[in-house]
Amino acid sequence: MNEFVERAIDLRWPTAVKPAYDVVIIGGGGHGLATAYYLATRHGITNVAVLERSYIGGGNSGRNTTIIRANYGIPEAVRFYQRSVDLYAHLEQETDRALMHKTKGLLWIAHSEAGIRQERARAAINTACGATTEYVDPAAIREICPQIDLTGKGVWPVYGASYHPAGSTARHDRVVWAYAEGAMRLGVDVFQRASVTGIRMDRGKVTGVESSIGPIAAGVVLSAVGGHVTTIASMVGLRLPIRTHPLQAFVTNRYAQAFHPIVASSGLGGYASQTAKGEMLIGAEIDRAPSYAYTSGHPFLQHCAFRMMTLLPFLRDLRVLRQWTGVCDMSTDYSPVMGLTGVEGFLITTGWGTWGFKAIPAGGEQLAALIATGRTPDLIAPFSLDRFARDRTMADRGSAGTH
Amino acid sequence: MTQHQLRMRCPHCGVRAVEEFVYGEIPATPDALTEPDARDVDRGFMHANHEGPVTERWFHSFGCRRWLTAGRDTRTNEML
Repeated sequence: MNEFVERAIDLRWPTAVKPAYDVVIIGGGGHGLATAYYLATRHGITNVAVLERSYIGGGNSGRNTTIIRANYGIPEAVRFYQRSVDLYAHLEQETDRALMHKTKGLLWIAHSEAGIRQERARAAINTACGATTEYVDPAAIREICPQIDLTGKGVWPVYGASYHPAGSTARHDRVVWAYAEGAMRLGVDVFQRASVTGIRMDRGKVTGVESSIGPIAAGVVLSAVGGHVTTIASMVGLRLPIRTHPLQAFVTNRYAQAFHPIVASSGLGGYASQTAKGEMLIGAEIDRAPSYAYTSGHPFLQHCAFRMMTLLPFLRDLRVLRQWTGVCDMSTDYSPVMGLTGVEGFLITTGWGTWGFKAIPAGGEQLAALIATGRTPDLIAPFSLDRFARDRTMADRGSAGTH
Repeated sequence: MTQHQLRMRCPHCGVRAVEEFVYGEIPATPDALTEPDARDVDRGFMHANHEGPVTERWFHSFGCRRWLTAGRDTRTNEML
């Protein structure tokens, strides 16, 4: 089947809101819908409502650069993301949807001695934790990606790279739709244009939400919101280790299908891959000042394009087709925050700043297990909100690719 | 960054490109938190991250190299 042509999606929209659900999930993006999907398919919990204030997948799930990888810098993160890579590998079969999942391999370039040390360490930690990554020299980089200028115009010379063969991409909208379809088929109610305006509490326990489609009682409320999580958490009096930063990206016009890998560089603060249509997709660092504005700007474009052209000179001949912005929740230690919050009946999945898309299957699966059993699975236990008070932060800034 | 708002007013230098400035947060632990350990955790890791009008500090890095206080609406990046 031609991967660009797709069967009509069978989304069974609910006709009415029930007064009460076992689980209410705020946010109909990848994480919210994946959690609903795994609750329904793995645990038989289908009395679930997902509330999306806009349209499903319209937030960061539709604004990311679709990269899937597990080459993180700390063992807990490598294990978690490796689980996600494994789930993604079988997601097309499981959901019977063409997700355009394509394994490309990911090069993380080192431009300095410090960079070499970092990429060697990354390769060693990844391999020890079950995610294959190897350190490669410039000759091997030329084999993998002949378009890279190894001299970096003399300013950003390429000394080596860590190569992560499992690095891949998938079409993000289809991932969202596949999870939505699977969840709705089993009876999960997904509401669009339904924004949460308040959270109801009774003696310190969350009992439901106030929303634009009316009050809804709930046994458990999960915030799977991207970007506005601080506002949701403040409804239960919770302060979060989160700041919200805009992150911009752009695509060029089409280029012959000749650029195979994903190329990232911490030194240049950018990453590039080629979409199935042939557009070069380039993302970069977060904007420094926190903001909720979805505005894109020329200074970013100029800065990012200039830097990426020193690594990939062929970009010079391409034109920018479109540019967009998502707002990212960045946690203080640059790792996600998942699970219990200390407020009874209120769970959270956030801090997905710049790595939410690749974590969708594992995040959804593990949170569904937590909601169904009431126990935090070992895989996500290190990422609980109380790690800050316990002095057990998961500092992994160097793996973001965006700092 | 306030990038559609390409210019920002410095009281010393006048209206300048926003790229000249470095952002600075004003940290504030809520008074309702009274337990010393809880205050330390809040001070170390938590952020107000308010969605709406905020007061913040900016350092004019490529100008007069002085800190200034400015108001901004984080939903629109409008300087107040």
